[in-house]
Amino acid sequence: MTPLAVSVAGAIASFTLVLVVLELIRSRRLRERYALLWLVTGLTLTALSAWRDGLNVIAGWLGVRSYPPAVLFAVGILFILAVLLHYSTVISRLSDQNVLLAQRLALLEAQVREGATSEP
Amino acid sequence: MRQRLAGLRRVAIVPAFNEEHALPGVIDELRTFDAGLEIVVVDDGSADRTADVAVEMGVRVLRLPFNLGIGGAVQTGFRFAFERGYDLAVRVDGDGQHDPAQLERLMEPVLADEADIAIGSRFAGDPAGYRSSRARRVGIRLLGRVVSRIVGQRVTDTTSGFQVLNRQGIALFARDYPHDYPEVEATVMVFRHRLRLAEVPVTMRERGGGRSSITTLRSIYYMVKVLLAIFVGLFRRNVVPQEDAS
Repeated sequence: MTPLAVSVAGAIASFTLVLVVLELIRSRRLRERYALLWLVTGLTLTALSAWRDGLNVIAGWLGVRSYPPAVLFAVGILFILAVLLHYSTVISRLSDQNVLLAQRLALLEAQVREGATSEP
Repeated sequence: MRQRLAGLRRVAIVPAFNEEHALPGVIDELRTFDAGLEIVVVDDGSADRTADVAVEMGVRVLRLPFNLGIGGAVQTGFRFAFERGYDLAVRVDGDGQHDPAQLERLMEPVLADEADIAIGSRFAGDPAGYRSSRARRVGIRLLGRVVSRIVGQRVTDTTSGFQVLNRQGIALFARDYPHDYPEVEATVMVFRHRLRLAEVPVTMRERGGGRSSITTLRSIYYMVKVLLAIFVGLFRRNVVPQEDAS
């Protein structure tokens, strides 16, 4: 059985994550698009921490007999991996777009310069 | 109405993503409706000849270097309209689903100064005219209910991109416009900034070409995203646009 202190601490910590994410969205420091995965992470961990019987059942499915909270860690790590992978795709897209912007700017600058010198 | 229109600097914002086939028809219809309307096509990083087609037809093109999504594309148009000092902007999608002939009716509340933004609604009048996937229709209805409750005015079609805006509406959207699937959040924003919104019944056509950027699976994602954005947005401070509306 999960120690009560672990459940309480886990629930408080993951629910704090949810609140922080919501506040970041509100103050426009985090876009909804990038917040969804964090919210799912926070809510899932909150649920698993608070719903102690559920955690035991899931631990049973996974063959974790000695220490059910290990499932909490596993799920947390899984979500962090998902968030990181998501960020990698986002960074890749941003760097592609950045290259394109720099190229377009260089072409535009050349065009502006040539236009300026060709004036009589 | 024509006389009231003649004194106004007016622009049509036409967002287009891979719409080389439908775009010429839209431009022709806009010209037929009002020859004095400046037409600005916002090419949202199309892979086809959308920008070339627009240039060939002699309209202004704002070509985005990559796909920003509908929100970013449309806002480019609003920024253009704001910076160039237009009094009236109409937004007509480049896929041909909005019929410019109905603009006359859509402009009415704005020209009469009863609204700062008029939105063409598929559901305000006879709902039979609109066909779409079931999931999308249900989603649109649900969003309509949520938004109506929040803003305290009946809004039937929160996802319509067929709009007419006055200078204040242009100023608001030039400054702040939501991203992907923006119309729902924008509707709430209009009310929170104390602008007046009117819905006008319109019928929309089948898409002229290209394909909708929204599939069923994405609808669900957008639905969650938009609801989240609306609810979190309620806790934002009410910002009234500072730009002078004149």
